[in-house]
Amino acid sequence: MADIMTPALGESVAEATVARWTKKVGDAVKRDEMLIELETDKVSLEVVSPADGVLTEIVAAEGETVLPGALLGRVTAGAAASPSAPASAPVAAPAPAPAPVAAAAPVAPSVRRIAAETGLDTSTVAGSGKDGRVTKGDALAALEARAAAPAVAAAPSAPRPVHEREDRVKMTRLRQTIARRLKEAQNTAAMLTTFNEVDMSAVMALRNQYKDVFEKRHGVKLGFMSFFVKACVEALKDVPDVNAEIDGTDLIYKNHYDIGVAVGTDKGLVVPVVRDAETLSLAGIEKAIGALGKKARDGQLSIDDMQGGTFTISNGGVYGSLMSTPILNAPQSGILGMHKIQDRPMVVGGQIVVRPMMYLALSYDHRVVDGQGAVTFLVKVKDYIEDPQRLLLDL
Amino acid sequence: MAQYDVVIIGGGPGGYNAAIRAGQLGLKVACIEGRGTLGGTCLNVGCIPSKAMLHASELYELANKDFAKMGLEGKVTVNLPVMLQQKADSVLALTKGIEFLLKKNKVDYIKGWGRIAGPGKVAVKAEDGTETVLDTLNIIIATGSEPTPLPGVDVDQKRIVDSTGALVIPEIPKSMVVIGAGIIGLELGSVWRRLGAEVTVVEYLDRITPGMDGETAKTFQRILTKQGVKFKLGTKVTGAKASKTGVALTLEPAAGGDAETLNADYVLVAIGRRPYTDGLGLETVGIVPDKRGFIANDHFKTSAPGVWVVGDATYGPMLAHKAEDDGVACVELIAGKAGHVNYDLVPSVVYTFPEVAWVGKNEEELKAAGIAYKTGKFPFTANSRAKVNHEGEGFVKVLADATTDQILGVHMIGPQVGEMIGEYCVAMEFSASSEDVARTSHPHPTRSEALRQAAMGVEGWTMQA
Repeated sequence: MADIMTPALGESVAEATVARWTKKVGDAVKRDEMLIELETDKVSLEVVSPADGVLTEIVAAEGETVLPGALLGRVTAGAAASPSAPASAPVAAPAPAPAPVAAAAPVAPSVRRIAAETGLDTSTVAGSGKDGRVTKGDALAALEARAAAPAVAAAPSAPRPVHEREDRVKMTRLRQTIARRLKEAQNTAAMLTTFNEVDMSAVMALRNQYKDVFEKRHGVKLGFMSFFVKACVEALKDVPDVNAEIDGTDLIYKNHYDIGVAVGTDKGLVVPVVRDAETLSLAGIEKAIGALGKKARDGQLSIDDMQGGTFTISNGGVYGSLMSTPILNAPQSGILGMHKIQDRPMVVGGQIVVRPMMYLALSYDHRVVDGQGAVTFLVKVKDYIEDPQRLLLDL
Repeated sequence: MAQYDVVIIGGGPGGYNAAIRAGQLGLKVACIEGRGTLGGTCLNVGCIPSKAMLHASELYELANKDFAKMGLEGKVTVNLPVMLQQKADSVLALTKGIEFLLKKNKVDYIKGWGRIAGPGKVAVKAEDGTETVLDTLNIIIATGSEPTPLPGVDVDQKRIVDSTGALVIPEIPKSMVVIGAGIIGLELGSVWRRLGAEVTVVEYLDRITPGMDGETAKTFQRILTKQGVKFKLGTKVTGAKASKTGVALTLEPAAGGDAETLNADYVLVAIGRRPYTDGLGLETVGIVPDKRGFIANDHFKTSAPGVWVVGDATYGPMLAHKAEDDGVACVELIAGKAGHVNYDLVPSVVYTFPEVAWVGKNEEELKAAGIAYKTGKFPFTANSRAKVNHEGEGFVKVLADATTDQILGVHMIGPQVGEMIGEYCVAMEFSASSEDVARTSHPHPTRSEALRQAAMGVEGWTMQA
């Protein structure tokens, strides 16, 4: 008998939800065959069978939340698959909720009522009763503290009825995490957005001239994103505040440039990070983005792929957005919004000419970045893109 | 003789429970008792025999006053010698039971009067006058208390009795004066009133049962008055003259005024109890009791190394169950464990009919402490079980913190409430809120439902009244 355990989930990931079992109890399984899909706040994980044999028990049913090290199920090694589930193993019956990993102290009736009505997680409340039990007074105080903390969403009221032409779908953990983190960023940072526009003529000309050679040489297409990553790295060097973060009453300035590139997937937006972008060539950046994008679409991104960015670029232009105000990827202090390239009449040298233009948006945390720094940053990005030779000459 | 781990002076609830616990924990222990029987005041001349008399007299009164209402007819008469004998038989059986428990737990029961004879030494004087000295690492003083005498009213145990004498009066008095409107006086006064005596309670204070919640005490006094007890409050007794056939008491208003004389067949002096710590050899280890005789303690430790004190001989409510808790906790501390007594939650019970029981703070104490509280109250008239039993007098009152809803005090007067207060003791020991009790299923139909309904009342959702 081999236990299937929840693997380590990575830094700062506390729990996972069992999204899917690919096998039923009684099915034959092979060692290293994918058995379970777990969803965490950040990624989907696959759990494989620890042995050849038969899946004999599902402990954590689909939809249940598990902690690292928790038992998911059991495989009996070497056993032959049975045509139907063995009678002794209840398959269909929803498994009783697994005991929480830490044995919880019994909860008083009043506290149970409060938890049920307000969604208060009593395991997080410090108990003042006998042997640390949570009393009604403790629960009420915790509720009051929660109400006082604006960051936390209001307690869910009773679910409203779903009408005929509506569907109720549970948010995936990824969606829940996106929702929570966006709101946290909004509630924490003094966020505002500054705009500029950039003439894409030069970059487009460069790209048109070299795209075939580039692809032949490097095996990846030459896109605009690499130019923007490069431009941002240079601009961040000039305006280090945008690459800093707040930690308590300190500011942490980062001398490495790890640029998160927001990628839309069918499950939601994820932001894998291009590491040490300042050391990469345009080709190196394109390769890194290409590899991360593929992993994201395949659901193969690891948590490490998404942690530790210092700045983020979001390109709403691929969907046709002309202008937007991106939300910070906390604890970062800046995010660049790229948009759709649109031919617009521009006045150049006293003449009205048609130019491919893109609006740029920089949302920033005004607690860290001054208006002057933010505007300077965006102008630098604009300058690098309009005159990419500056990137070459380090100007 | 080998050295003991613990020698306990006194075989009452504090001493014998300490001894049993010490035996359980594997300590070598001796328990010294000079009375000849174990169980102390409580079992021999206190709680237990008084309950035997209360129970019997309650049934007698019930038979002659309430049976007819239920369609039961016939006159019941009292055979006092039999009543006293069944009481004595029960007491004897229980004292033997404790002797058995000590043996079972390998406690040396040493008959005689114990006295500290210097550090680590306890001298025991047997009935025949021989003295032996025990060597011990620890001494626990569990000598209990005795009735407080009243100057000018000398107890002769014939016509002027204390709580001990009141349990063996050989005839039913025509009249009896109880001096002191405390728990003991009201219980024993009730016994003799039920059996036929005209009882007058004289109390120096202007209220009965000090320490009891004020509203509850008022209700209690009203019910006792209805039963025929007369009260002379705010009155002091200045003298007593006993003759062969009765006693003439001289009374004066406590605030000053004209004296009067009150005659009665018997007088019961029940003005309180005082620690029994004289002649204990305390001076040999340097312990100085306070002027009332109490021995101070810090977690049961006295000022003398290796000498401990529990029960009535030290501070706290003079109750058998408090002494028992003390004894257990003290021995656990001696054994290196975490013994502890929560003195805020020692319940009190008055075993009259109706009974009165309470635990925690009363309204007066909460007001004095400036604690905002909410009240839930439920009358037994609205309780179905009490109603069909013709026992509708009284109420349950729950006091809970206005903010946290934690139960702070419970005060009950009504049928069998002494048996039911334990529910709230457990709840309060776990810092329960009124809602916790209100949301706990109680069997129907029982009087215990009143406890739940009162808890509901704290947050305004009493359902059956």
